[in-house]
Amino acid sequence: MVFNTGMVGYPESMTDPSYNGQILTFTYPLIGNYGVPDVSQRDEYGIEKYIESDRIQVSGIVIHDLSLVSNHWNSIMTLDEWLYKEQIPGMYDIDTRKLTKKLREEGVMMCALIVSDSDNISTQEVQMKLKRTEIYNQRNFMDRVSTRKTQRLGANSKNVVVIDTGTKNSILRNIMNAGYGIIKMPWNTKIDDILSYKPDGVIISNGPGDPKMCVDTIKTANILLECNMPILGICLGAQILALADDAKTYKLKYGHRSQNKPCINIDNSRTYITSQNHGYCIDSDSLKNSGFKLWFINADDKTVEGIKHKKNKSIAVQFHPEAAPGPYDCKYIFDSFKKIMEENRTCPK
Amino acid sequence: MLPVTTEYVNHVIEKERPDGLMLGFGGQTALNCGVNLSDCGSITKYGINVLGTEINSIKISEDRQLFKEAMVNCDVPTLESEAVKSFSEAKIVANRLNYPVIVRVAYTLGGRGGGVARNEIELYEIVNRGISASMVGQVLIEKYIGDWKQIEYEIMRDSNKNSITICNMENILAMKVHTGDNIVVAPSQTIDNYEYHLLRSAAIRAADYVNIIGECNVQFAVDTQSSKYVAIEMNPRLSRSSALASKATGYPIAYMSAKINLGYSLDELRNNITKKTTACFEPSLDYIVCKHPRWDFNKFEFASRKLGTTMKSTGEVMSIGRTFEEALQKAIRMLDINKDGLVLNKYDKEIDDEEDIENHLINPDNLILYYIAAAIKKQIPVDRISKLSSVDPWFINKIKNIVELENELNQCKLEAQLLKKVKKLGFSDKQISKAKNIEEHEVRQIRKRMGILPVIKQIDTLSAEWPAQTNYLYVTYGGDANDFQIKSTGSIIVLGAGPYRIGSSVEFDWGTVNMVFGLQENGEKNVSVINCNPETVSTDYDICQRLYFEELTLERILDIVEFEKPKGIVTSVGGQIANNLTSALHKNGINIIGTDPINIDKAEDRSKFSNILDKLNISQPKWKKFSDLKGSIEFAKSVKYPIIARPSYVLSGASMKVVWTESDLQKYFEQAVISSDRPVVISKYISNALEVDVDGVSDTKNVIIGAIIEHIDNAGIHSGDAMMCMPPRRLDKKVIEKIIQHTKSIAREFKVRGPFNIQFIVADKSIYVIELNVRASRSMPFVSKLKNINLVKLASRAILNKSLPEMIHKNTKMNFKFGVKIPQFSFMQLDGADIALGVEMQSTGEVACLGNDFHDAVAKGLIASGYRLPKKGCAIVIMDYNNINNNKILKSIITLHGIGFKILTTKMIMFINHF
Repeated sequence: MVFNTGMVGYPESMTDPSYNGQILTFTYPLIGNYGVPDVSQRDEYGIEKYIESDRIQVSGIVIHDLSLVSNHWNSIMTLDEWLYKEQIPGMYDIDTRKLTKKLREEGVMMCALIVSDSDNISTQEVQMKLKRTEIYNQRNFMDRVSTRKTQRLGANSKNVVVIDTGTKNSILRNIMNAGYGIIKMPWNTKIDDILSYKPDGVIISNGPGDPKMCVDTIKTANILLECNMPILGICLGAQILALADDAKTYKLKYGHRSQNKPCINIDNSRTYITSQNHGYCIDSDSLKNSGFKLWFINADDKTVEGIKHKKNKSIAVQFHPEAAPGPYDCKYIFDSFKKIMEENRTCPK
Repeated sequence: MLPVTTEYVNHVIEKERPDGLMLGFGGQTALNCGVNLSDCGSITKYGINVLGTEINSIKISEDRQLFKEAMVNCDVPTLESEAVKSFSEAKIVANRLNYPVIVRVAYTLGGRGGGVARNEIELYEIVNRGISASMVGQVLIEKYIGDWKQIEYEIMRDSNKNSITICNMENILAMKVHTGDNIVVAPSQTIDNYEYHLLRSAAIRAADYVNIIGECNVQFAVDTQSSKYVAIEMNPRLSRSSALASKATGYPIAYMSAKINLGYSLDELRNNITKKTTACFEPSLDYIVCKHPRWDFNKFEFASRKLGTTMKSTGEVMSIGRTFEEALQKAIRMLDINKDGLVLNKYDKEIDDEEDIENHLINPDNLILYYIAAAIKKQIPVDRISKLSSVDPWFINKIKNIVELENELNQCKLEAQLLKKVKKLGFSDKQISKAKNIEEHEVRQIRKRMGILPVIKQIDTLSAEWPAQTNYLYVTYGGDANDFQIKSTGSIIVLGAGPYRIGSSVEFDWGTVNMVFGLQENGEKNVSVINCNPETVSTDYDICQRLYFEELTLERILDIVEFEKPKGIVTSVGGQIANNLTSALHKNGINIIGTDPINIDKAEDRSKFSNILDKLNISQPKWKKFSDLKGSIEFAKSVKYPIIARPSYVLSGASMKVVWTESDLQKYFEQAVISSDRPVVISKYISNALEVDVDGVSDTKNVIIGAIIEHIDNAGIHSGDAMMCMPPRRLDKKVIEKIIQHTKSIAREFKVRGPFNIQFIVADKSIYVIELNVRASRSMPFVSKLKNINLVKLASRAILNKSLPEMIHKNTKMNFKFGVKIPQFSFMQLDGADIALGVEMQSTGEVACLGNDFHDAVAKGLIASGYRLPKKGCAIVIMDYNNINNNKILKSIITLHGIGFKILTTKMIMFINHF
């Protein structure tokens, strides 16, 4: 059970693979106002246009006031209809502020949401079932969120490999808008397969779960770092990169899930408002064991929000530069990555 | 205390030689003044630093053309328009822009001749009319976007280029209606993530390009059928919207903006609510806020009530809820306009005529929400209502929820589930009592028995992600747990004044705030405030221990009292609303801190009051209560016209009137609602008399008189509209002594404990008392500021049962000879309003100025309230038809003539020529 404090963007959040295996509550009380767009529509690259993956990823949602009637020029159904269509449970009329405070005080917790036609739900039974369930931290989500086959998107002479640990569509779209083709590969792809595409760079994407569970990706990242490949890690990808270079990660009490998180860029001392969705975090102290240095820090709790390799062409951010949902203020991260790739192209080391 | 004009500010600069100047905090007045100071070279001459946004940037956002160019340069679209000289050109432009289009006539006064063309036929007509009306034969064709959404963003930006948005706001009445007159929600409700952040980025780009340092707001119009948008304007200063955004989010924009102007960067500043997190973040709301304007059309019988591009409201309220319906109905109650919510109002007239409804949807007035509700009842489809009114279907559907629940409430038994649902959608106990035909207190009992209670929630800027260290609170049925528990009992609640309206404005907020400070200075550790006006200081969460941003209704105050368990409540500083609640609160067993409610009643009940005055041997103008015309006529004859008629019940239109003749009195009886249970009070109107206000404080024994204020206008002009002067100029010593004597004996007789105000009339050395107000008055800040004694802080001592000093000698001497108060009128904004002053208050604000001679003070005051005093020209004198004041005005005419003014008069030319 996790909470997000963003006030818009429920379709984007709900389809973000990083939420896989989680029940999500929105602190904003009025949800469903502008309905749900045509989720099957694709953009010019063939990627789902309005949502972040091919389906609803959250296991369930909990809200305060559901709009049973919605209105927007781009909407084709209500939130309720969409949930029903994808058979994802949700509940409303809940004091979501009370719930959020509980999560804040006690930390994110395992949770069950039962749908039943009858009134007799045995809480005891549910609790038993919940106890038997594998806890979130120990679960490997990669089978559920990663692509099974390598996919090519856009034919281009310049290409970026995206190691799909549950990537959001907007990451792909941003790279393609920058003029690159995408080779989306499974999370456990062998390094030789990646290199066989001679990519200009590699992105390790966002995704759900404890980064330590992505052992194969960590290994791959380690080799990519060694061969000085331009790499951009986003969210889970950032944690994987850190782990690949001997830094450590840990679980936050209740995570960062919002669109209003201030992050300080150490290079220019400016503070940027970022979109975030992560429960794990890079250990700041452990960075000294690695080749990485601090790039962004969270202005509130001073946690690591971005790292940059001291020698290699590798950068990583804990927040979501692709936004969706959230502010676009850090889109320039993709420009930074492009610059690294272009420099590498003209004078590869 | 000087007018904020270039001339006066220049003098101050010359004398003070300041290093810095802040222009963004005093509204448009301060901004314009700053630009003028720069244009006349003062800023460079005296080497002053303009702190915050620079003059050049201010100019860009103020000038239409420069603004458009700037927006093009930073890739923010603006509204396209094109000048044409013929219909055939107009046709091409209109086809490119798509209908409807607005035709604006170039170079005419007030845009006469223009209009909205929905098709080619209308275009033909308007363009031809416009071209012939224009002095240059030219019209502008512009896309009509009245039905687009109106969305604003509040931006903070520091000199390190850090930019954040505090919040956005959506206007329910779309682009059709001025944002100041719009019903507004925060955050926006009907745009999706893409549009929200598209506009946010555009607002930040605009602020970056213009180089805003501090705060600004950017207004957008957004298409309803695509993500198309245009920037409408940008305000490089604190505004009405930024005050609203501050209260809506808990982010103190003005405070932070001042720090930024001093050179701090946003990330160096702390979030005042969490005390832990940075101020460089964007607030997240876990509630919905609704701002509703308050219009005072009732004061202006003939003014047009239509809403449009000119702002007409005098104030506003802000409500907080966890559903839109709750927030909306709360806002309606907060307005203090005799409504208990959107539906189920005691005095609502049935709106039934479909054509009338549709007309009102197309041309909205102050009743637009009720017409939408009526349209739903008439089963007009939501899409059609939306099309006619330009209100987004989402809002209409929410209003529909309220209307449908009203039906259910009317038809079904009042069971827990229904009651819960009804409360969640913001219905008041009063509305429920009307539906169920029972008393309000019975509903409360039933509800409490069922355990249906509201909860107290905190506003914390971060949607509960971080703990709040402050108690900025609201009450809602959208939840099942209070955010905190009261640990200490024995608090004092101070009631605020609600929305600014004619008759109750910032004066009462000054009273509320100073009462809070006074109580704290006198050792009270727990002072809570209830108020709902986002424009005030009393709703800054840091002035008191707990701020309830809430309705000033009996139901809500009882809710809060049950939660707080205070030792008492102060109702004497919040103007009419608070004062009127005194007796009901008292009856509910709540301790009123201040004058005993029994004595308040004695002052308010005319008969009781008269009896006591008789006992004290103090005169009153003759008066009597009537419900029939015959008795009234006889009484009027016996006291001689003119008389003042004061109905006890006001439906609409002006309520109180001076009546000069019997036929006028007959007419009055035809128009007013008068019956035996709604009698009219008729009193002798003493003409050509002086009116005097006395403001004071009493502890039941010691009475401190703040000042005796003389009205410059004759008695009969409402004290809120009259110019006032301190000290009195025309009262002789004996009269003053008598007034002091009367004041003291009245205050002691009524055992006044706290602030009070008495109004006197002086005619031919006779002194009459008009009324005693056992509460803080409108003139109290004026007196306190000029005499350097804070009457309300003294009152806080008195109401805590501490005794007042018998005499106050220290610092009370004015260090200038005269102080005057001049009213500010807004007739320009009110089409059709009658500008003659009378017994009903019409002014919307006031200024005070000081001077070492009376005329100096008055001149400053007039300049400060916006008059330009001409040095030469023509005086037009409108003469009184029944000659009463002609002799008086003659003196002025001669003076004007003497200093070189031409005199033009109406009618009485012969009379003037004679002199």
